[in-house]
Amino acid sequence: MPKMGDAMEEGTLLRWLKNVGEEVSEGDPIAEIETDKVTLEIEATESGVLTQTLVAEGQSVPIGTPIAVIGAPGEAVEAPAPAAAAPENGNVPAQPEVSAEAETTAVASAPAAAPPANGQERAPVPAPAAPAEPAAVTRAPGERLRASPLVKRLAAEHGLNLELIAGTGPGGRIVKDDVMPYITGAKTLPAAPAAAPETVAAPAAAPEAAPAPQVAAPSGRPAGQPRELSRIRKTTGKRMAESKAVIPHFYVTSEVDMDAAIAFREQVNAQVQDDESKVSFNDLIVKAAALALREFPNLNTTMEGDTLYEHSNIDINIAVAIEGGLIAPFIPDADQKSLGTIARTAKDLIRRAREGGLQPHEYQGGTFTTSNLGMYDVEEFVAIINPPQAAILAIGSITETPVVKDGRVTVGHRMKLTLSCDHRISDGAEAARFLQAVKRYLQNPMLLALS
Amino acid sequence: MPVTTYREALRSAMAEEMERDESVVLIGEDIGVYGGTHLVTDGLLERFGPKRVIDTPISEGGFTGAAIGMAMMGMRPIVEMMTWNFSFQAADQIIQNAAKIHYFSGGQASVPLVIRGPNGGGVQLSAQHTHSLEGFYGHFPGLKVVSPVTPHDAKGMMIAAIRDPNPVIFLEAGALYGTKGEVPEGEYTVPFGQARIAREGTDVTLIAYGRQVNLLLRVAERLANEEKIEAEVIDLRSIRPFDEKTIVESVKKTNRAVVVQEQWRWFSVASEVAAILQEQAFDYLDAPVERVSGAEVPAPYARNLEQAAFPSEQQVIEAVRRVTYRARGA
Repeated sequence: MPKMGDAMEEGTLLRWLKNVGEEVSEGDPIAEIETDKVTLEIEATESGVLTQTLVAEGQSVPIGTPIAVIGAPGEAVEAPAPAAAAPENGNVPAQPEVSAEAETTAVASAPAAAPPANGQERAPVPAPAAPAEPAAVTRAPGERLRASPLVKRLAAEHGLNLELIAGTGPGGRIVKDDVMPYITGAKTLPAAPAAAPETVAAPAAAPEAAPAPQVAAPSGRPAGQPRELSRIRKTTGKRMAESKAVIPHFYVTSEVDMDAAIAFREQVNAQVQDDESKVSFNDLIVKAAALALREFPNLNTTMEGDTLYEHSNIDINIAVAIEGGLIAPFIPDADQKSLGTIARTAKDLIRRAREGGLQPHEYQGGTFTTSNLGMYDVEEFVAIINPPQAAILAIGSITETPVVKDGRVTVGHRMKLTLSCDHRISDGAEAARFLQAVKRYLQNPMLLALS
Repeated sequence: MPVTTYREALRSAMAEEMERDESVVLIGEDIGVYGGTHLVTDGLLERFGPKRVIDTPISEGGFTGAAIGMAMMGMRPIVEMMTWNFSFQAADQIIQNAAKIHYFSGGQASVPLVIRGPNGGGVQLSAQHTHSLEGFYGHFPGLKVVSPVTPHDAKGMMIAAIRDPNPVIFLEAGALYGTKGEVPEGEYTVPFGQARIAREGTDVTLIAYGRQVNLLLRVAERLANEEKIEAEVIDLRSIRPFDEKTIVESVKKTNRAVVVQEQWRWFSVASEVAAILQEQAFDYLDAPVERVSGAEVPAPYARNLEQAAFPSEQQVIEAVRRVTYRARGA
């Protein structure tokens, strides 16, 4: 079961796309899996024959659990082994019995290296068959990532996420040969992972669904029915709890005069024929935030451990409510995109997010998140930072308010923005100045069209 | 370029230096009338006379001490140890005096001394006559320790040793004396502290010195032919001073290293090499540095057991497979 993102701990095998005995070529989809975020096809990482499936359709297994065996063409097809017993929730599986090495039985059955010969020439130890490439990352959840020092340096230099690379060395060590294909471009990895943010003040980590006590509630009313949390809820809960536990949040709120933005949007949309290109308020805010981030690169950062990473790209995540949870795909290089492109990109991402059609590289990553509850008449709210990012912008609704203009009371349109910020990275003054910049763009919307 | 044996290369180095500098003298057991147990000094008594080719009683402590005294007084003696195993008798003189006099005297006295002879085993001389002492002597500051493998380096390093103002432990090998190679005529020196890349390669660095270098060259050919692994072979040549740069640069290129030595593993040259590589090439290592060493037993006499106790081609190949991760399941 491949790990498709940092937050993923198990996956459900929805259905097999190849049958035992069928030939597969590298890159062929062999199964459909469901992670806590999306439904994906797993591709064969090498060619051969699907000799065995190890996980039944519908079964959930932790990442790293072998799901199938691909053998050399012509190799005997084994009767399907009984599917591995579904691991108990939270259990770290033992070292998978069928590891990457067993992918070709030739390897598995090769004798161990011969003992040192006493000076006599001995037939060389049978060379292993072509090094089997693991179908997937085989680390168990929580298992330490092992990589040679060389590999760690190469990964840092080339920006490779080792979490996504399977190790073929002893104990799963990632070695030079495992990463070179990604450096030479022979293979590609999904973008760096990040998970979706929670946008409402999240409760602390949802407790693992415990068996409901068969006792009456204190009030004497019957206890509720136990319901297991969906995987996306569990993931969200865990990540938000971590975010709140680790990141010292502070919050800064500011009110924006939206009169000019409303007029600008009306004017733009009146000229645009196709609905896809019509600009939403959220698109304006995404662009405004992206342009403001250019001026405040310190907020366009991510923090891994004690290391702060500055990003030259400004990729803005948009939190999207989906059935049972939320997901935050991002608009890459939002500062450089026209409003029309942002509008079309956002619409496409949101639609596919709701249909479950996002690819991991579309939601893993991003450098700054926006979350908008304005459409629900929420005046203002605070959001939890989407780690490892530095800040998140919570957007409230545009409200009609009596305002004083030129000494007279008139009807104005105001919107509240609340920035949640990591106090390790930034301080209140910078956050406030960032909001001022966002405000400047929104109150002078022609600037949004300029760059 | 003329081809000569390792033995002849050593002899011509000493003879040429004796011609050039009359302070160069030879001293040791059976080196004159008998011509040397390994015939390295054969003919030199006739050529230079008994005052410069001095036969001694069996008394390593005595004649080594005498040579140290000569060196302090400005001569350049070359002591032959019939085998380096006998130097245990002279270890007090070598370690306590030769290595320290320059330091003790505040630089007033130096000890331009060469002690040479066969080191290691492989010729069925059993436990007491089979020690490899490079790690032992390499341990003491004040001594230089060299171990050439080619006749070319044997001559060039012997001339460098004779001209060196410090005591030099010159390690030869019984199995090397008859080996042949191109040796330039006339004087030249091979400086200490410079390793030699004996074979260029890209996939793994094999490191040794002395006769194990020849083993590595055979292994490298097998690896190239049978496993498509191109090994770089480095001949350290000099144990102290030590050329860290060459091995570090090589490992930065190949990312893997196997160090091979006849001596025991613990507190050995290979241990030092592994430590240097992890200090200076840590971010370039794709696998732990492997050491292939002599078995941790007193050297056996029986031929088959002696062979089993020393590094074999197969052991080195297996170590290479481990560091290149070709030995899956091993």
